[in-house]
Amino acid sequence: MPEPSIKDHARESRTLTHRAIISALIVVILLGTLILRLTHLQITNHDHFTTLSHENRVKLVPLPPTRGLIYDRNGVILAQNLPTHSLEITPEQVKDIDQTLAGLAQIITITEDDLNRFQRLRKQKRRFDSIPIKVHLNEKDVARFAVNRHHFPGVDIQARLLRDYPQGVATAHVVGYVARINERELKTIDTSNYAGTSHIGKTGLEKTYEDILHGKVGMRQVEVNALGRVIRILENQPPVPGKDIHLHIDAQLQAITTKAFGDKNGAAVAINPNTGGILALVSKPGYDPNLFVEGISSTAYNALQQSDDNPLFDRALRGQYPPGSTAKPFIGLAGLETNTITFNKKKFCPGFFQLPKHEHKYRDWKKHGHGLTDMEKSIEQSCDVYYYNLAHEMGIDKMSSFLSQFGFGEKTMIDLTGELPGLLPSREWKRRRRNIAWYPGETVIMGIGQGYFLTTPLQLANATATLASKGIHRTPQIVKFITHTSQSEGEIPPQTEPRQIPVIKQKNWDDMTFAMSQVVQGIRGTARNIRTKEYLIAAKTGTAQVFTVKQDEEYDEETVSEKMRDHALFIAFAPIKNPQIAVAVIVEHGGHGGSVAAPIARTIMDHYLLNDSTDKAQEQQ
Amino acid sequence: MIPLSAPSREFTQSNPVKQQGALAGLHLDLPLLSGLILLCSFGLIVLYSASDQSMVQVERQLIRLGLAFAVMVIVAQIPPQQLRYWSPWLFAIGILMLIAVLVFGHIGKGAQRWLDLGLFRFQPSELMKLAVPMMVAWFLSEARLPPDWRRLLIAALLIIIPVLMIAKQPDLGTSLLVASAGIFVLFLAGVRWRLIGSFVALLGALAPVLWYLMRDYQRQRVLTFLNPENDPLGSGYHIIQSKIAIGSGGIYGKGWLNGTQSHLDFLPESSTDFIFAVLAEEFGLAGILVLLAIYLFIILRGLYIATQAHDTYGRLLGGALTLVVFVYLFVNTGMVTGLLPVVGVPLPLVSYGGTSLVTLMAGFGILMSIHTHRKLLPT
Repeated sequence: MPEPSIKDHARESRTLTHRAIISALIVVILLGTLILRLTHLQITNHDHFTTLSHENRVKLVPLPPTRGLIYDRNGVILAQNLPTHSLEITPEQVKDIDQTLAGLAQIITITEDDLNRFQRLRKQKRRFDSIPIKVHLNEKDVARFAVNRHHFPGVDIQARLLRDYPQGVATAHVVGYVARINERELKTIDTSNYAGTSHIGKTGLEKTYEDILHGKVGMRQVEVNALGRVIRILENQPPVPGKDIHLHIDAQLQAITTKAFGDKNGAAVAINPNTGGILALVSKPGYDPNLFVEGISSTAYNALQQSDDNPLFDRALRGQYPPGSTAKPFIGLAGLETNTITFNKKKFCPGFFQLPKHEHKYRDWKKHGHGLTDMEKSIEQSCDVYYYNLAHEMGIDKMSSFLSQFGFGEKTMIDLTGELPGLLPSREWKRRRRNIAWYPGETVIMGIGQGYFLTTPLQLANATATLASKGIHRTPQIVKFITHTSQSEGEIPPQTEPRQIPVIKQKNWDDMTFAMSQVVQGIRGTARNIRTKEYLIAAKTGTAQVFTVKQDEEYDEETVSEKMRDHALFIAFAPIKNPQIAVAVIVEHGGHGGSVAAPIARTIMDHYLLNDSTDKAQEQQ
Repeated sequence: MIPLSAPSREFTQSNPVKQQGALAGLHLDLPLLSGLILLCSFGLIVLYSASDQSMVQVERQLIRLGLAFAVMVIVAQIPPQQLRYWSPWLFAIGILMLIAVLVFGHIGKGAQRWLDLGLFRFQPSELMKLAVPMMVAWFLSEARLPPDWRRLLIAALLIIIPVLMIAKQPDLGTSLLVASAGIFVLFLAGVRWRLIGSFVALLGALAPVLWYLMRDYQRQRVLTFLNPENDPLGSGYHIIQSKIAIGSGGIYGKGWLNGTQSHLDFLPESSTDFIFAVLAEEFGLAGILVLLAIYLFIILRGLYIATQAHDTYGRLLGGALTLVVFVYLFVNTGMVTGLLPVVGVPLPLVSYGGTSLVTLMAGFGILMSIHTHRKLLPT
C-alpha cells in the first residue's frame, strides 16, 4: 500500500510517538521535582513544620486557684469568695451590638462607666470571648433579664467568684482587701503562678498572707482551632486552692469595739498575754473593703483619701502616739528593778517639779499637788511629779534600756504588714538622729510618757501583755492556724520564741500589778468608773498632749477645740490572778483616759472574759 | 481504506479489545478504568477526613462521581469519527456560549463564569477544555503534518480567542488548562522545536505585559507566591498553613483523620483545592507517592492509548487530553506545596466539586473510545 497518505500517516504516527515519549519524560521530570519538593518539606524540614503545627493548635490555659478563706477564732467568715452575677455579651453571637446595648439599657441600668469598660475590653478580647457589660447584678436585674433573654441572643448572665468581706468596716484594717493586680505588682510577682489571677492582696492579711491564700495555678493544655476556639482538653493539671487562715481575732469583738468608740476616732488592741494572739485590732474609723475589690470609683476614693478622719489610716499599727501616763507602770517598774526607788518610799508632790538650778516648772496635772506619794498612790492617782523625780534620778540610759525590753521603739513583728516602730528616745538615738546632746529636761518629761517618746497602740497593748505575763515578751500573732481544704489538721504559722525579760525581783512585778489594780479597784483610782464585780482589772489611764500648754497657762478642756484636745489612753489587763487579756485603747482627742478610753476597754474585756469562756479555757492549756 | 471485515495484521496483533471480554462491549479500557477507580476511591477516603468526617459530603461526591462515570461510559460509546465530525460544531457552540456568559452570565464569587439555563447552571469554559483540543486536532488532522505556518497561525487563533474570553471572566485556572490543551495538540502534531523555542522566548518577553493585564488579586497571588511570609495572615496564610500541613506529615503521616491542620481549620479549602495537603499531612510522603504513582500510571496509559490510536485526530486529541490531566495535577500540587502561585485548579478526581469532574471523565471517555473503536475505524 504505497499511497502517500499512508506514508504520511506512518510518519505522523512516529512523530507523535516521539513527542509522546518526550512528554512522558517531562511528566516524570516534573513529578520528580515535585517529589524533591515534598522531601524537602516532609523530611528535611519535618521537625520545623511539626513545631509550627503544634504551636498552631496547642494552647496553655491557666486555671486560677480559688483563694483561701479567712475565718475568725469562732469560725466566722471574714473573707470569702462569692459568686456574683454579671451580664456578659459574646460579640460573635450578636448581630448588632449597638442595638443590643440600647435594648439592654431599657431593662437594666447601664452607666457610662459600664459602657466604657465594655468597649475597652472588647478591643482586647477575641470575638467569642464573653465580655461583661454590667457586674454585680442584683436579683431584680437577673430576673428582669431572664424574662427578656430571648430578645438578646449572645447576651447571658455569668457567675464569677468575687472576694467579699461580710464583716465590712469592722475588720477592714485587719483583713485588708484584694484588688486588680497593677503594673508595679506585675514586676514583683511570679507571673506564671498569677497567670489567670486578676486580683491580689493589697493591704492587711490579704497582703501579708498572699502566698498562702493565693494557692498554686493549674494549667490546661487545650487544642484550639484556627479561630482559637477550644476543641478538646489535652492535659489538665488542676489548680491547688489557697489555704484558709484562722485568726485569733474575734469578729464579734471587733464589731462591739468599733461600736464602743461611738463617734470618736482611735484604736484598740486586745491581746491574749498567754499566746500573743491578737483578739481585737480596731482602727476607727474603718472603711468598706468591698468597694475596692472591683475597682473603687475615683470619687469614692477621693472621699476616703481626703476625709479629715483618715479612714484608710490604720491607727492600731501606724498611729504613733505619746504614751502619756500609760508609760508610768513601765517607768515605775524600771525604777524598782534598777533599785532607783522602793515601792513604799514616799516623795512629796507640791504640784510641780524643778530641776536643780533651773527655773522651769514641770507641772503636775493636779494644780496643788498630791502631797506625800508612794508608788501605789502615784499609779492609782497618776501623780506626775513622782515620775519627774523618778526619771530624773534614774537617768535616760537606764530608763531607755529597761523600756526597750518591752518592745518600745521597735516593730512588734506582728504578722501584718505596715506597722511603724514608734520611738523610744535615748541619748544615743538623739546624737545619731539629731546630732544634739541629751538634755536633762527631756529625761524628766519622758517620765510621764511625753517628749519624743512615741508608741503605737499595738506596741502599748503588747507591752501591757508582757507586764501581765510577768515579763514574757511574745510576738503578737493574728493568724492562729492555717488549714488546707484537703487536710483536716491545721498547721500553725511559724512563731518566734517568747523572750523572758530578766526579772530581778518577782515582788517588784507583783507590786506594780497591785498598784495598777488600785487604778480601777482603788477608792481614788483614775479608772474606778469601770470597776466590776466579775473580775479584777489592772490598768493605767493616760492623756497624751496634742498641744503644749504654755508656761503658767492652764489647759481647759472646755475652751480647747476638739482637734486640739488631748488623746485619751488606757491600758489594762484582767483578771489579775490569771491574766487572759491585755488591752490598749486610744481615743483621739478624747480628753481623759479614765472617762473615755477605759469604758471601751471594759467592753472588750467583758465580752472576752464573760462571753467567750469555752475558747478561753481551751487556750489556757 | 481498510475493509471493516478485514482488519490489518498490525491491528490484530496489538488489539487489546478482543482480550477484554465483558468490558469490550462497553468500550471501556480496563487498565485505565482500574486506575481511575483506584484514584477516586483514594480520593473519597481523603475527602471523608478533609470534610471533617461528613458523610453528606462524601455521598454528594459519590453521586457526582457516579454521574461523571456515566458520562464517561456514554462518551466512550461514541466513535472517534463521530467526535471528529462534531468538533467544529462543538467549538462554535462553545464560543457562542462564552459570548453569552460575557453578556449576561451569572456572577459568582466575583467572577462571571456561569450560564443559567433555567434547569441548571452551566460553565461554558468547562466545555472548552474539550472543545478546544478537539477543534485544533480536527483542524490540524485535515492537512498534512507538521502544519505549515498558515495553519499554525489559524490553530493559534483557535486557541487564543477562547482562552482570552475565559481569562476575561476572569478564570485564570481554566484559561490556563484550555490553553495548555490546545498547545499540547500543537506540540504532539510535531511543531518544530525552533518554533517552540521562539514561543517560549515570546512568552518570556510578554510576561511584563501579562503583569499589566492581570487583575489586582492575580498580581497579589504572584507576589504572595514569591514571598508568602510577607503577609502571613493575609494572602500568604493559605500557603504557609498548607506547607505546615505537608511538612508536619513527615514520611508516614499523622494517620487518617488525625490531621490537625485540616481538622482544626488551619488549612483553608481543605476539601477542595488544598485536599492534597490533607493527604500529605495524614498519609505522609508514603501516601503521596502512592497517589502520584496512580496518576503516573493513568497518564502513561493515556499516552500509550494516544500512540496506539488509529488516526491523527485520535492521536492528537488523546495525547492532549492526557497531558491536560498532568497539568491539573502539577498546577494543583505545585500550588499546594508552594512551588507555583495560587491558581484555582482542583486536584483531578480527588478534590470535592463537580464541574471539572464531569469534564475530566468525559475526556477519559474519549480516550477509551479512541482505544476501543480502533478495529471499526476506517483509515
